[in-house]
Amino acid sequence: MANPVEQFKIEPIVPLEIGGVNVSFTNSSLFMVVAVVLATAFLTLSVKGRALVPGRWQSMAELMYEFVANMIRDNVGTEGRKYFPFVFTLFMFVLFGNLLGMIPYTFTYTSHIAVTFGLAIVIFIGVTIIGFARHGTHYLRMFFPHGAPLATAIILVPIELISYCSRPFSLAIRLFANMTVGHIILKVMAGFIIMLGIAGIAPMVFLGGVTVLEFGIALLQAYVFTILTCIYLHDAIHMH
Amino acid sequence: MDVAAAKQIGAGLAAIGMIGAGIGVGNIWSSLIATVGRNPAAKSSVELYGWIGFAVTEAIALFALVVALMLLFA
Repeated sequence: MANPVEQFKIEPIVPLEIGGVNVSFTNSSLFMVVAVVLATAFLTLSVKGRALVPGRWQSMAELMYEFVANMIRDNVGTEGRKYFPFVFTLFMFVLFGNLLGMIPYTFTYTSHIAVTFGLAIVIFIGVTIIGFARHGTHYLRMFFPHGAPLATAIILVPIELISYCSRPFSLAIRLFANMTVGHIILKVMAGFIIMLGIAGIAPMVFLGGVTVLEFGIALLQAYVFTILTCIYLHDAIHMH
Repeated sequence: MDVAAAKQIGAGLAAIGMIGAGIGVGNIWSSLIATVGRNPAAKSSVELYGWIGFAVTEAIALFALVVALMLLFA
């Protein structure tokens, strides 16, 4: 049976090296470019007609816009509107990354901890800077909930600090683990189909079900990544 | 005991940690179903939190699975 983790190997397509650093254009970069081009084409071309009563494509683009705009308005409030471009880009990037990976023989760039941790650390640093810019040192009050007795501060503050600092890790690992494990399951099941010959009908049915589940998980994980970003923004802007 | 055998045993032990997440996900859906059963009009307001809660709890299961996979394949 072929190794199910081989699908995550990064292959350089155009090998480049600048000052000893490997900056080659890899299959991961290729699919990131494909996702960006697809998302941009979808959003710009479908609203080109600017119809007042939207047709099918324009409806879809408007639905996506409203979906993220409502998410921000409900979770961050009206001051969050200035972060809409960032959150929308994040949502589109993760969504297209997850969905492109469902096509056979493609590469899921969100299945690499390098990509997801890069996104998560940017969100974490950005949210921390926003919190300090808005509230100054008062932001540190976030680690000591209002009204708790002073004696508990000794245990409470380290726990809150650790839970705050674990946010980028949990964001990154949640997305990367979901994508990686999903694709490994798909590969292993597909291997069983070939191994069993005629009796491979049973794993094939199971594989059909798991593929539908993986599509759902692709959408859900993009949504959860974005909504957790909105929740962290809310915490930074409004301090609980 | 050689290293390869120990790795397989370790991977199996690490995957046991997913039990807790299984119980957690079951809890979420059970309270979601109970809520919608008691008050069908509340469906749209709790559905969102059901999905977020599921994804976040499932992440814990996957943390355990990642440890198991790291032992098996790395």
